[in-house]
Amino acid sequence: MTLYNKNIFETVRMIEKENLDIRTITMGISLLDTIDSSGKKARTRIYDKIMHLAKDLVKTGNDIEDEFGIPIINKRISVTPISVIAAASDDKDYIAYAKILDKAAREVGVNFIGGYSALVQKDFTDSDKGFINSIAQALSQTERVCSSVNVGSSKAGINMDAVKMMGKVIKDAAYLTRDQDSIGCAKLVVFANAVDDNPFMAGAFHGIGEGEAVVNVGVSGPGVVKSALEKVKGQPINVVAENIKKTAFKITRAGELVGREVSKRLNVPFGILDLSLAPTPEIGDSVGRILEEIGLEACGAHGTTAALALLNDAVKKGGIMASSSVGGLSGAFIPVSEDEGMINAVKSGALTFDKLEAMTSVCSVGLDMIAIPGNTDETTISAIIADEAAIGVINNKTTAVRIIPVYGKDLGDTASFGGLLGYAPIMAVSKFSSADFINRGGRIPAPIHSFKN
Amino acid sequence: MKAIITVIGKDKVGIIYNVSKVLTENSVNIEDISQTIMQDYFTMMMLADLSQIKCDFNKLKDVLEKTGDEIGVSIKIQREEIFESMHNI
Repeated sequence: MTLYNKNIFETVRMIEKENLDIRTITMGISLLDTIDSSGKKARTRIYDKIMHLAKDLVKTGNDIEDEFGIPIINKRISVTPISVIAAASDDKDYIAYAKILDKAAREVGVNFIGGYSALVQKDFTDSDKGFINSIAQALSQTERVCSSVNVGSSKAGINMDAVKMMGKVIKDAAYLTRDQDSIGCAKLVVFANAVDDNPFMAGAFHGIGEGEAVVNVGVSGPGVVKSALEKVKGQPINVVAENIKKTAFKITRAGELVGREVSKRLNVPFGILDLSLAPTPEIGDSVGRILEEIGLEACGAHGTTAALALLNDAVKKGGIMASSSVGGLSGAFIPVSEDEGMINAVKSGALTFDKLEAMTSVCSVGLDMIAIPGNTDETTISAIIADEAAIGVINNKTTAVRIIPVYGKDLGDTASFGGLLGYAPIMAVSKFSSADFINRGGRIPAPIHSFKN
Repeated sequence: MKAIITVIGKDKVGIIYNVSKVLTENSVNIEDISQTIMQDYFTMMMLADLSQIKCDFNKLKDVLEKTGDEIGVSIKIQREEIFESMHNI
């Protein structure tokens, strides 16, 4: 046989027992050619274009899943930031844009559509502020639309007026979706250094510099990495790094194969492969448990940041070797409510908000899916965003905040979002006020990129 | 198109017979076959050529899975490329 038996067995075991899957196939669609001074015309074009390009996305994904025998969990769509597309329209009816995206997503059968987004890292255009103020309503009136706002970059600094606005938007979204544990906030990401080709929700959008349409793939596999590490218990840490790298290589190759096949069948160019260890609330699919397998009693213990840094770096190295098309975020995600190990670590008191913040300086994104008390002040949320953006801007990395001030809930309660979004105990945030800092507004200047220490 | 068929479960009489019967009925040629005990499981792997196949891939997959249910083992069929890409540079 051209393949060794043990290799075949290993692949089958990864899929059957260790939750290896393709997490998402995301079709990026440019909406630049749908811009029109008539909002109504623009929205008709948006709908037609999505329906035309993505009509076979779900079916193709399902066919490939059957043929290769590897689960493809989500099929999604990302579009050009709507703040750009809607800026020229006469009616400025942003909610109508959200609704048309929702309708198209429902009809082609994707579970999320990303791109109800604005890029304001330096400043706002005339229409950006109105658009950002519409986000909370848009999230509460749609089911599948995801939103993101980029508030900072290493080139431009941090737009503190936008940071201030986002604290209020998050609180509003929490209130408007209060009957579902404020789930609106789970579909809203505040970025610094946002990337144009991220296939993962809720932060996916199709960047301005991207092509007409593209297929991006997000691969996952925390369970596979954990199993690989179980075989090297007690060995030096460089063996751990090597082992993660090799595993990441294999996962990436599977993802690239699937991505290219989807691209060929849909006749849409293959974009990037995002190799992110994206956990789910299922047992055996947790990034927190990988960190514990490396030698920590619980995720959040001292040493967690170092272990996560190693994990994140080794995943990237394995992925880069395996494919020339690695992009997006690629690393390890640490979304609390979506990770069984992290949920437990929070419950046991091992993992705190502050430790999570430290971990985000070395993970692939940021403070993700963290439930906090519903009565948290909006300026405190803005200050959390400012801290996280600063970590990204200074360190030239993407950071994000997806935080849920769960309406009516407090410490000791649990918020439940359902499905892949999972559930989370409410975590404590600082009781001290950041209001005067946030209320200043303005812009934090871009950092110097020399004299690094 | 080539595919790898894996059979995992408890050893018993007639596994190869039942799988090859389905393949013969659908004009699928077996190019290679091996069986072994791996991590306490009986495992059989077949490399099959599907270029003359009479039904579509999903139909064959369903029939094989059903056959597996009947004889109490797990039978999977996957396109060969997934294994090639993961394990060969």
